[in-house]
Amino acid sequence: MSKSFLIDTTLCTACRGCQVACKQWHDLPAEETVNRGSYQNPEDLSFETYKLVRMKEEIVDGRLRWLFFPDQCRHCIEPPCRDAAGDPAAIFSDAASGAVLYTANTKRLDREEIIESCPYNIPRASSDGVLAKCDMCLDRVQNGLEPACVKVCPTGAMSFGERDEITAKAKTHLAGAKKKYPQAQLLDPDDVRVIYLTAYDPMLYHSNAVAAATSFDVTRQVALRRMVRPLADLISRLS
Amino acid sequence: MTNHWIDIKNSDCILIMGSNAAENHPISFKYVTEAQHKGATLISVDPRFTRTSAKADMYAPIRSGTDIAFLGGMIKYILDNKLYHEEYVAQYTNAPFIVNKKFKFKDGVFSGYDPKSRKYDKSAWAFDLDNNGVPKMDRSLKNSRSVFQQLKKHFKRYNTKTVSNITGTPEKDLKQIYKIYAATGKVGKAGTIMYAMGWTQHTTGTQNIRTMAIIQLLLGNMGVAGGGVNALRGESNVQGSTDHCLLWHIWPGYLKTPRASNVSLEAYNNKWTPQSKDPQSANWWQNYPKYSVSLLKSFFGDNAHAGNDFGYDWLPKVDDGKAYSWLDLFDAMYDGKIKGFFAWGQNPACSGANAAKVRKALMKLDWLVNTNIFDDETASFWRGPGVDPAKVKTEVFFLPAAVFVEKEGSITNSGRWMQWRYQGPKPMGNSLPDGEIIFELGEKLKTIYAQGGSFPEPIRNLKWDYTTDGTYDPHKVAKEINGYFLKDVTVKGKNYKKGTLVPSFAFLQTDGSTSSGNWLYCNSYTEKGNMAARRSQEDAPNNIGLYPNFSWCWPVNRRIIYNRASVDRKGQPWDKQHPVITWTGKKWSGDVPDGGWPPMLMADGKPNPKSRHAFIMRKHGHGQIFGPGRADGPFPEHYEPLECPVEKNLLNAQRMNPTAPVFGGEADQWATCDPRYPYVATTYRVVEHWQTGVMTRHQPYLLEMQPQVFVEMSEELAKLRGIKNGERVIVSSPRAQLEATAVVTRRFQPFKLGKTEVHQVGLPWHYGWVMPKSGKEDSANLLTPSTGDPNTRIPETKAFMVNVSKI
Repeated sequence: MSKSFLIDTTLCTACRGCQVACKQWHDLPAEETVNRGSYQNPEDLSFETYKLVRMKEEIVDGRLRWLFFPDQCRHCIEPPCRDAAGDPAAIFSDAASGAVLYTANTKRLDREEIIESCPYNIPRASSDGVLAKCDMCLDRVQNGLEPACVKVCPTGAMSFGERDEITAKAKTHLAGAKKKYPQAQLLDPDDVRVIYLTAYDPMLYHSNAVAAATSFDVTRQVALRRMVRPLADLISRLS
Repeated sequence: MTNHWIDIKNSDCILIMGSNAAENHPISFKYVTEAQHKGATLISVDPRFTRTSAKADMYAPIRSGTDIAFLGGMIKYILDNKLYHEEYVAQYTNAPFIVNKKFKFKDGVFSGYDPKSRKYDKSAWAFDLDNNGVPKMDRSLKNSRSVFQQLKKHFKRYNTKTVSNITGTPEKDLKQIYKIYAATGKVGKAGTIMYAMGWTQHTTGTQNIRTMAIIQLLLGNMGVAGGGVNALRGESNVQGSTDHCLLWHIWPGYLKTPRASNVSLEAYNNKWTPQSKDPQSANWWQNYPKYSVSLLKSFFGDNAHAGNDFGYDWLPKVDDGKAYSWLDLFDAMYDGKIKGFFAWGQNPACSGANAAKVRKALMKLDWLVNTNIFDDETASFWRGPGVDPAKVKTEVFFLPAAVFVEKEGSITNSGRWMQWRYQGPKPMGNSLPDGEIIFELGEKLKTIYAQGGSFPEPIRNLKWDYTTDGTYDPHKVAKEINGYFLKDVTVKGKNYKKGTLVPSFAFLQTDGSTSSGNWLYCNSYTEKGNMAARRSQEDAPNNIGLYPNFSWCWPVNRRIIYNRASVDRKGQPWDKQHPVITWTGKKWSGDVPDGGWPPMLMADGKPNPKSRHAFIMRKHGHGQIFGPGRADGPFPEHYEPLECPVEKNLLNAQRMNPTAPVFGGEADQWATCDPRYPYVATTYRVVEHWQTGVMTRHQPYLLEMQPQVFVEMSEELAKLRGIKNGERVIVSSPRAQLEATAVVTRRFQPFKLGKTEVHQVGLPWHYGWVMPKSGKEDSANLLTPSTGDPNTRIPETKAFMVNVSKI
């Protein structure tokens, strides 16, 4: 049974415990930052930052809102990055969990193509061309633990579990949220394993909060790669 | 907290004011969120829109330092609209008490004020007593001299227009918040307040909380689930350290520090033991001598006996009328009157108000010992910005301390839960747990004083036996705090052997047959074991989140204090859904009741003479709407901060609190309504850092998120001052200048005080020059003034005046 996350932004306080827990579990270095006139720091995701709480101040219905969006890889059900790569030794989906995983072999891929293929602008490259992003804490998950970010969340904004449980939970949360926020919505719930719930128009939170309308459309090239994927997987395992 | 963290989930309306809980007490939002999920309303009142405000159902801005005006308006609203819980107010509070005719309020001062000493003669605030010495009462609340009618009269001036002109909160917001919060006065509803240093660190700090306590009493919110007055303590163990006498004026368990005029133990006990003539007042503090003698027995063991006043003469005494608080201590140090100083687990060079003065004061010392986990601005003050090390005579010692996970012991959280922690990893290098350092220090002092010295008796006679096999043993300290039977005794027909642990403070004695290092903690470590180490996750049958067998809570594991007020006079809960205690006809069920006495009324409605009034810790047994014990008045009154943007207090003729301490030395510069410092400022914390940042600034992940000291300001102010978002600016006060990064944000808005526009800025105080390594980030406390609350003398760091300029 595959896994999924629910990130209910209506419950997020931007304590950023998730951002720290992610770095700590993955032993990622801290970035040298400056205060750019915002609490959001680092400014963006990077090869060394897989999880970033984006923070925006917006006037909605005449009232100031401080919108928090804990951004991370969505672990797409049909990941365009995987299909664009066409190299299961570099990008593959873990069969059991559905986690989309990058290896050091991403170095040999066309970096720009992979990054552009992502509907959510997630992958980031190191100086030597290796790509990195959230790995669902698969080592934790395979040992019966929650991902580090979910574990530390104090308010229940983040949850993780079997996909059917999470999709059911997402619907319950949405119904609850709608009472307070009539515009509340789930973001691309059928396409991704990291389902966000926002109170308002997702574009207010982050320009890549939802996939562009054409993102999941299949190009001829990708269709071809999908067709040969089982074979490629097999070859990859043999080599 | 009168209640506890988990209990927040039971609330119908949560007011977060003087606190930014989402950022500074992030775990509390687990329970805030749970309450909201069940339909509770969350209100955030803050000078700026915070991460707490972002989650609130209702947000309103308030100019720093005007909380009494805001809350006073709510009192008036509750009274005008008769939204108070009438039976509760009439039966459980001192609203029906008759105030003596000597009590008056005129031109912003109460009767009894002496402008020369800036102090009150509180005898002018007494209650009228009947022939038996019991306060006269009018439970109908109609008597014009009753507290209730006096309260009405006092807050009559606090109309929403005046309040709005003071606070800058729009009138419509005031009215809406008053309406929502006052709705918790309905029987069965509960409102709670979560406050922190945003309320305490003012020249009116104590009265800010008093004002809210009055509101909670009027609405019947004290003692009930989801109610109470809840102080969110600033550190994990601030509650514990306060309980164990962190402050100069109290001894463990809130006993009083002896004054010079308390010449004997008898004089001391007589002075501080309240007497009540009301047979129905439990007046729990009547037990004071049992606790003071047991404390002396704990200090001095067998050396303390009736023949030598249990060693009372060995205790240090403070001069009557003199204060020894933080502000006073550093003032004396600045004047060269203090020669040696232990800065233990603290960093006053950054945490102290007017930190520039603190840093200069440290230079006057002969020696300084800093016990900490990292080097900090206090230990390194001699090489700080603008300091020539060659000119500093102070000898500095640094004792490396173990981190909290490296030592065993207890912490007591804001909810009064004493939680035992086990040792994880062993301390690194030659660092030691604080307990071990203190123990060794005591041993060394004993060796030295054995050879002589001035007044050696206190040290020589000190009982100092906290080791097992030669090693410091935190269990022995915890047992000492609980207390022992020191003789074989029979109490209530039951025998207790010498050397066994006392089961609860009800067993403590005045004759020296018991010891207890802190009566409030008596029951925490008994013959049944270490209660604080319990970890049962089972809730009590009333199912309101008490978890009575998880850790231990003072007093006697009572999770919600004043819980006798959570029931009607027949002992039935006001809130049937969330019963704290219930009278079954024979006994109380639920939480540990505030005393086991039966309810005020018997089943047939007749008064039960065996009962006691609900508020057992008060002399007269009633919640104090009229509080005649405070330094600055029995009712709260709005005064402006020492430094403020308005010439005139719109509510009375006093600009600032007439009893607040004001220091007048060369390092204590201040300026109010001064065009050089036109903007209100406040300090605060962010979730990413902790206190002065000693524990967090060395942590790269946290520094990554909040790398630099910043000053938040509105877009309007930034435009006015030509400041761009993200650029470095200078913030200046009459005391110092600080470089900071400008965060220009819509979360700050200019305040409209009548026709005047006032701007406010805010800065976190987590930074210091030692770390980050640039040395350019320093403490916002360099800017804050030397003044504070007249009761607690906590400094006024939450409202002062500054300027901001481009570099």
